[in-house]
Amino acid sequence: MSGSIWVLAEHWRGQLSESTYELLALGREIADGLGVELQAVLLGHGAADLAKGLGKANSVLSVDHSSLCEPVPEACAAALVQLIKERRPRSVLVPLTNISMGVGTLVSTAVKVPAANFCRDVRVVDGGLQATCVLYGGKIEATVTMGAECSILGIWPGARAAENGRSDVVPPVEPVTVSLPEAPRVRFKRYIEPEAGDVDITQQDTLVAVGRGMQGQANLALAEELAEVLGGAVCGSRPVIDQGWLPLSRQVGKSGVSVKPKLYLAAGISGAPEHVEGMKNAALIIAVNTDPRAPIFNVAHYGILADALEVLPALTEAVRGKKG
Amino acid sequence: MNILVLLRMIPDVVEELEISNDGKTLDREFLRLIPNETDDHALEEALLLKERHGGKVTVVAPDAPELDDVLFACLAKGADRAVKISGVEPVMGGRAAARLMAQVLTTAPGLLPADLILTGVQSTEDLDGLMAPILSHLLQLPYVDNVTQVTADGPGKTVTAVKEFPSAVRAEFDVQLPAVLGIQAAEKPPRYVPVAKVRAVMKSQHLESAAAPAGVEAGQLEILQMAKPEPAEHAEMLAGDPAQVAGKICEILAARGVL
Ligand SMILES: Cc1cc2nc3c(=O)[nH]c(=O)nc-3n(C[C@H](O)[C@H](O)[C@H](O)COP(=O)(O)OP(=O)(O)OC[C@H]3O[C@@H](n4cnc5c(N)ncnc54)[C@H](O)[C@@H]3O)c2cc1C
Repeated sequence: MSGSIWVLAEHWRGQLSESTYELLALGREIADGLGVELQAVLLGHGAADLAKGLGKANSVLSVDHSSLCEPVPEACAAALVQLIKERRPRSVLVPLTNISMGVGTLVSTAVKVPAANFCRDVRVVDGGLQATCVLYGGKIEATVTMGAECSILGIWPGARAAENGRSDVVPPVEPVTVSLPEAPRVRFKRYIEPEAGDVDITQQDTLVAVGRGMQGQANLALAEELAEVLGGAVCGSRPVIDQGWLPLSRQVGKSGVSVKPKLYLAAGISGAPEHVEGMKNAALIIAVNTDPRAPIFNVAHYGILADALEVLPALTEAVRGKKG
Repeated sequence: MNILVLLRMIPDVVEELEISNDGKTLDREFLRLIPNETDDHALEEALLLKERHGGKVTVVAPDAPELDDVLFACLAKGADRAVKISGVEPVMGGRAAARLMAQVLTTAPGLLPADLILTGVQSTEDLDGLMAPILSHLLQLPYVDNVTQVTADGPGKTVTAVKEFPSAVRAEFDVQLPAVLGIQAAEKPPRYVPVAKVRAVMKSQHLESAAAPAGVEAGQLEILQMAKPEPAEHAEMLAGDPAQVAGKICEILAARGVL
């Protein structure tokens, strides 16, 4: 339907992703605010059954094509471009995850419509859409408005609670066909599963998380000692893993794992959105950082403005003392 | 293999960022610019490919303060050419940067054809953030992002790109050449180059320059306002020397039943 709000229904390995529900929750608010319909766009191959999980939308446009078997942004974008040109939605919400990243940008470039990525919120203001975008690693937020023309919005994970995007209603589904190249230029070959880690950090009650602020691999011993006295494990941010200080199985965040421990102690981690999306649901977050403006202090319950290399050993000693 | 690496200078976000009086841009007076981190990884991946398969690596970057030193460091690391695009705006959105790059690549001598165009998967400076998909559309080339490894079986018509998915899962894709890849992380941490070597390169090699074409469309939404996030609940800060802070944390942990 022309003028409706669309949500790209992201799915991976047979399941709708959490981001899809988050976008449905956000999309519902926007569609209601504008008084238009919310439609989910389901692109896949043999995935049409997933439409029944999209009841928060008024209806589902379902595309089945062999090129959409695995998430290849080029193929998803080519399909979306055709649908957008035919049906002219008001706005398309696309999840900004490692699965769908690039789709929205490809589409907006091809259809030549305004686009904004990194949206943590979108609201209806005076009949138009206003988005809040997270820039500079979470240190700055920018407000942008979209006119009445079609726009493409890349939405950060966590924009709304996924719970608010679930519904038991089975939505009406309209199957649609698109034409995609028979010989794609990018072909999926195979998945590489993560190597089983030494510890499963998703199962730990206590995590001591280290970031680039730990300055060097040798200093990780300070975190190991603290984790040991607390009965937990050490995990890290992306640069720590990229530098080879810790194995990939210990990475928390967008491309790593999401954790929900009782205690998450972040040492020398700035709190970039890609990290925060993997740890924001921890029951207790304590952050040690030398930068008073570090975004990690915006999600932490307690903050310490100090050198982690001094705080960690002091804490290890204090915990030892307390335990006797 | 002929590889182009596109590099952009962006503000170092570990530093204090100030918003200008217009409320829409960063105050750039005291801003420290550094190479976009993932662009640095793109260079490293290009250098690794060159070491394995031979060929040439050319770095292309829009002019910015401190850029010369960065480009000389790229040459010292093993890049063959470094091209500075002059006459550019100090801040460009991803769309404008991609359009500029696409025009320069197609008009400046000796850049295209290339087998691979590598750039960082993301920059945090603009509303697009992703340059590779825009560039791939403008140049009509295939594209993969979140790439952490590129392998080629000799001088073939394809490469295998490993892309990151969530939950530490990765996937291999066959990509037809030429292609644009958004690099997330190189296979190895970007190499370090001693200052002495950079100085030597400054004496023996030179930077090339290409003029920015006139009238590159910005094509990005206008930012109405920038602000530092004011969270609903900021962390409660614990003050004191390390021992005092440690004592307070212990009390909190005990009260929460973690200890
Ligand atoms: C597509 C994509 C996916 C990504 N996936 C992930 C992911 O899964 N996980 C992830 O973590 N990141 C991910 N990132 C990277 C992310 O954007 C950030 O670059 C990264 O999280 C930063 O890590 P950091 O906080 O350790 O380093 P930095 O941002 O460099 O921060 C270091 C911090 O340490 C502080 N510091 C310095 N010295 C000290 C000291 N002595 N004591 C205390 N504090 C100190 C500094 O003030 C600073 O805040 C991803 C990026 C992209 C583009």
